[in-house]
Amino acid sequence: MMTEVTPHAHKQPLLEVKRLSVDYVDPSQPPAQALRDLTFTLHRGEALGVVGESGCGKSTLMLALMRLLPAAGRIVGGSVRLDDIELLALSEREMAALRWKRLAMIFQGAMNALNPVRTVGDQIAEAIRLHEDASDARALDRRVGELLDLVGIAASRRNQYPFQYSGGMRQRAMIAMALACSPDIVIADEPTTALDVMIQAQILQLLADLRRQLNLSILLVTHDLGIVAELCDRVLVMYGGALAEYAGVDAIYNAPAHPYTQELLKAFPDPTRPLQRLASIPGSPPRLNDLPPGCRFAPRCPQVFDRCHLTPPRVYAITSDHLASCFLVETQQTRGARHE
Amino acid sequence: MHRSSYLAGKLGWAAFTILFVIVLNFFLFRILPGDPARAGIRDPRLTAQAQQAIRERFGLDQPVINCFESLNPLTLGNCAVNPLDTQFFIYASNLLRGELGISYHTNRPVLDILGERLWNTLLLIGAGQVLAIVLGMAVGVLAAWKAHTPVDYTALGFSLLAWSLPTFWLGIILLFWGSTYLGLPIGGKVTPGMVYANSWEQLADLARHLFLPSLTYTIVFLGEYMLIMRSTLVDVLSEDYILTAKAKGLTHFQILKDHALKNAMLPMVTIIALNLGFTVAGAVQIESVFSWPGLGGAIFEAVNRRDYPMLQGAFLLLAISVIVANLIADLLYGYLDPRVQAD
Repeated sequence: MMTEVTPHAHKQPLLEVKRLSVDYVDPSQPPAQALRDLTFTLHRGEALGVVGESGCGKSTLMLALMRLLPAAGRIVGGSVRLDDIELLALSEREMAALRWKRLAMIFQGAMNALNPVRTVGDQIAEAIRLHEDASDARALDRRVGELLDLVGIAASRRNQYPFQYSGGMRQRAMIAMALACSPDIVIADEPTTALDVMIQAQILQLLADLRRQLNLSILLVTHDLGIVAELCDRVLVMYGGALAEYAGVDAIYNAPAHPYTQELLKAFPDPTRPLQRLASIPGSPPRLNDLPPGCRFAPRCPQVFDRCHLTPPRVYAITSDHLASCFLVETQQTRGARHE
Repeated sequence: MHRSSYLAGKLGWAAFTILFVIVLNFFLFRILPGDPARAGIRDPRLTAQAQQAIRERFGLDQPVINCFESLNPLTLGNCAVNPLDTQFFIYASNLLRGELGISYHTNRPVLDILGERLWNTLLLIGAGQVLAIVLGMAVGVLAAWKAHTPVDYTALGFSLLAWSLPTFWLGIILLFWGSTYLGLPIGGKVTPGMVYANSWEQLADLARHLFLPSLTYTIVFLGEYMLIMRSTLVDVLSEDYILTAKAKGLTHFQILKDHALKNAMLPMVTIIALNLGFTVAGAVQIESVFSWPGLGGAIFEAVNRRDYPMLQGAFLLLAISVIVANLIADLLYGYLDPRVQAD
């Protein structure tokens, strides 16, 4: 089966991330390599899922894209281009003007991501006031109402405070706020964590609808492969701060090339085989300030061989848009080439 | 609707508390051992007759309360008397007319003395608190903003030092320094016997007297305000909604002003209100060191002399100021934090 081809593959991507690397510095330790040489693209209208275990650099990636890393986080290399703008070269002021206007974010903590002492409507209006001409108070008010309406919250509740909202409503309000300035890209960092299953489904459906309606590009960070299958076109699997595998959803689920992706899928319940026991991957992700010399996954990899411990694998292309960072790919390719 | 019922509830509680304090104060001081007729005069040669005359004059020969058997061990109750003649009734009915009685010691109306003394204390506290609040918050915000930098560490060090200095010791040191090197007066509120050419000169004299005690007061509270402001703000700045605000494209200053400060003000309001309420009385140490004619000194003296009307009046005033300060804090909370009213 042919891997899925992104509809806009020939066009210039909306967001192009090249060899992005982030360190967390700590004076008493060697720097933690939270992100290494990460390369991917996001096209207009595309939904890209970023998956991996906790501590694999997903959230660091999101924050680095918005240039919101905590004080210890340093972008030590690479480039992030939004259309023709190099985000890493912008001044703090220029970056602030661009945030939310073009790149908005939905945070995982629906509980605390909204300021508890300001009304929901006020917080949405603030974003609009900040980036657009909002001299017409009535128009601004109408826009806030429309946004709440868009995510299924009665516009009359705009003057309520976050504590008067349920968890699901708070996340909806957060989404409404993210859409306030009609951004090109919405970064959703575990948007359904801490919500119950019914509300999760609603929020995901809402995101899917909005994406179609508004031709949004979505970067969805999650550790839930089920969510990715529902919402995303392509998947970026991360391990230890680096790319493990990057491909279309079908390829990831049906022909995973990286052993880590294969193990992740085994750890995820398959409704067609209800009696199968869920597998877990023994061990834990590497310490980012004490990485193994070879492949980052080598210590936990069930298919590990000598070479994996010596040098880190580069990223190999299986097809033009199925990438994996594993020596097995190279081996298969050379074997394949010999057979021809 | 929420707001008015919240207000009514808080006012109701405040009124009830004041009522309770009025009753408590009356009995509290009468339970104290000691006799005003003797303690007030401090003269062992005072004849029994003269003592009796004093008691009669101040109504102390009357029973404290009409009939309250359980208080008998304290010799406060007597069932044989007309309730209208009891000390408690007289106290209560005077209070209803707005009279606090005559001080046993100075023979002046308690209300007048309290008025004078309160004004002096407020002057001292007002100047000190305003400075401490403004400086403490400003430095606290700065330290939180520059957290874990040399600016922060310097501010922290100073505040910890200021907070841990004993008030009276700091007062004495400042008194020594100010009077020796700056030529400031060593105590009191005005220079005795001085004749002023105009009211500006009078004001300048007052300011010179006020400077050292207010400075002491400022330093003592500055550290506390700064530390609390800093730590609260550092906490608030690590909240998720601050990251949201950053992601929305707000500048550092906007985040501080529009998102962090209102949240960080909540504990500050509590501390300030409590301090204001209690320090009406709590400036005793500073007032003693600088011989400042404030309330604290007056209360100290009244306790020594068992000056019941003065004590009752002063404690009522203290209770009212604590209650009012708390009420203001509650109301401010309702304004600052919408969650409070919903409860």
